[in-house]
Amino acid sequence: MAAPLGTAARADDTGDEKQDAQEKEAVAPERAEEAKLKAKYPNLGQRPGGSDFLMKRLQKGQKYFDSGDYNMAKAKMKNKQLPSTGPDKNLVTGDHIPTPQDLPQRKSSLVTSKLAG
Amino acid sequence: GAGGGNDIQWCFSQVKGAVDDDVAEADIISTVEFNHSGELLATGDKGGRVVIFQQEQENKTQSHSRGEYNVYSTFQSHEPEFDYLKSLEIEEKINKIRWLPQKNAAQFLLSTNDKTIKLWKISERDKRPEGYNLKEEDGRYRDPTTVTTLRVPVFRPMDLMVEASPRRIFANAHTYHINSISINSDYETYLSADDLRINLWHLEITDRSFNIVDIKPANMEELTEVITAAEFHPNSCNTFVYSSSKGTIRLCDMRASALCDRHSKLFEEPEDPSNRSFFSEIISSISDVKFSHSGRYMMTRDYLSVKIWDLNMENRPVETYQVHEYLRSKLCSLYENDCIFDKFECCWNGSDIVMTGSYNNFFRMFDRNTKRDITLEASRENNKPRTVLKPRKVCASGKRKKDEISVDSLDFNKKILHTAWHPKENIIAVATTNNLYIFQDKMN
Repeated sequence: MAAPLGTAARADDTGDEKQDAQEKEAVAPERAEEAKLKAKYPNLGQRPGGSDFLMKRLQKGQKYFDSGDYNMAKAKMKNKQLPSTGPDKNLVTGDHIPTPQDLPQRKSSLVTSKLAG
Repeated sequence: GAGGGNDIQWCFSQVKGAVDDDVAEADIISTVEFNHSGELLATGDKGGRVVIFQQEQENKTQSHSRGEYNVYSTFQSHEPEFDYLKSLEIEEKINKIRWLPQKNAAQFLLSTNDKTIKLWKISERDKRPEGYNLKEEDGRYRDPTTVTTLRVPVFRPMDLMVEASPRRIFANAHTYHINSISINSDYETYLSADDLRINLWHLEITDRSFNIVDIKPANMEELTEVITAAEFHPNSCNTFVYSSSKGTIRLCDMRASALCDRHSKLFEEPEDPSNRSFFSEIISSISDVKFSHSGRYMMTRDYLSVKIWDLNMENRPVETYQVHEYLRSKLCSLYENDCIFDKFECCWNGSDIVMTGSYNNFFRMFDRNTKRDITLEASRENNKPRTVLKPRKVCASGKRKKDEISVDSLDFNKKILHTAWHPKENIIAVATTNNLYIFQDKMN
């Protein structure tokens, strides 16, 4: 199943041959895409997509249960259904509660690779 | 697309792996590498397993195709681990495999996951000793008092057995996730690089490693870039390069100082600040860096392009090739589905042709001499050996011609991140999510 995409932003085709205009042409779709993203996620970091995703990269593999986070999130939700973690674009903890379903099974593959089959 | 003349005509040769679409996580191929002679082809996967294929000897009667690759050895290289002290889950996924040049009958390779590098010895056993005096053939010990004559044990042939054994384990030297390993041209040392540090090892010594690059800031809040790839120069054993998430490459000379925090050369293409967007830095992040075989050039791969750099010129690449420029107007969606963070690798054929992967199981080749490029597809539908693969074309906008595929129809779950080119012949290995394709040029 193909991953879904939004509709394309039509790139301007001015036919202008100046270097500047061509470069701006190349970036215009990028700017349009940026505007789309900011419209969807107004709280997206003020800094360009740099440090946020760097920190996420460095923290890959971190799995922990923090009872403080758990109780804070529980207090926020009051008596409502406990939320489970979902993919999110920021790293703020204390807003969600990890559940056992979110932790992947950890066992090594005892099966031979299908490439060797 | 590529025409006649000296252009290579690629044909399907083999495909390895399961046919079904339901891909198990463990089967996702994470690295592909030919050895120095090209006789062996290794793959690593997310399940921590290594599979090695061996090219069969050329059949003199079948002059129209080179030998096929068949399974030679397979073993579990890494296991999942949990670092309880740091609450860190360590994946068994093999990030990189690098072969050592062959020195004796055995083959050696380095394989690494996020934290630990292992040196594996792959050796053949095709004879076994028989005729012991004190042991039966099944291993049971004989009562010495029943031995009346003596004989000399001899080696007798047996069915070929290929054994893999871990000879060295290089652990506990990386706080962050290892992205690269590279064997030095001295064949005695190698480097391993994680997000913030690069270490130098001796292949014989596992309890000591020298830190040669450290870009960790004193205050992590000031972190602005990470190391994304590193490689030793193919000929100068004192020189290596590392790339960053900001699109720069630094060349370091180990003779200059013990800690190579100050680069000897900094390769960076200037950018017009007025062209910056939210995506600029992310798509400029270099996912792979590879020296040409001569060592005169290096190639970098960022999200949308491949760049060739002359080591003598730091201020801009000598060539830039667009891999899939039509994706620039899809960056919002690609950010949302995380595809914008996909790490594509690239590889050389000598110094003339470069290859890299794309989406929809397409892969691209750029000929530096003719300036022609071609897009091909790794698909089971192109299964006929010796039939030349049909070039593909993506229609970016406007009216789609027959046989073209529109950008919106591309399958972004079908990514070709790993490709490898035989060091001597026109044979390429292309990894889709869980299948390995081998293509050869049409001989004669």
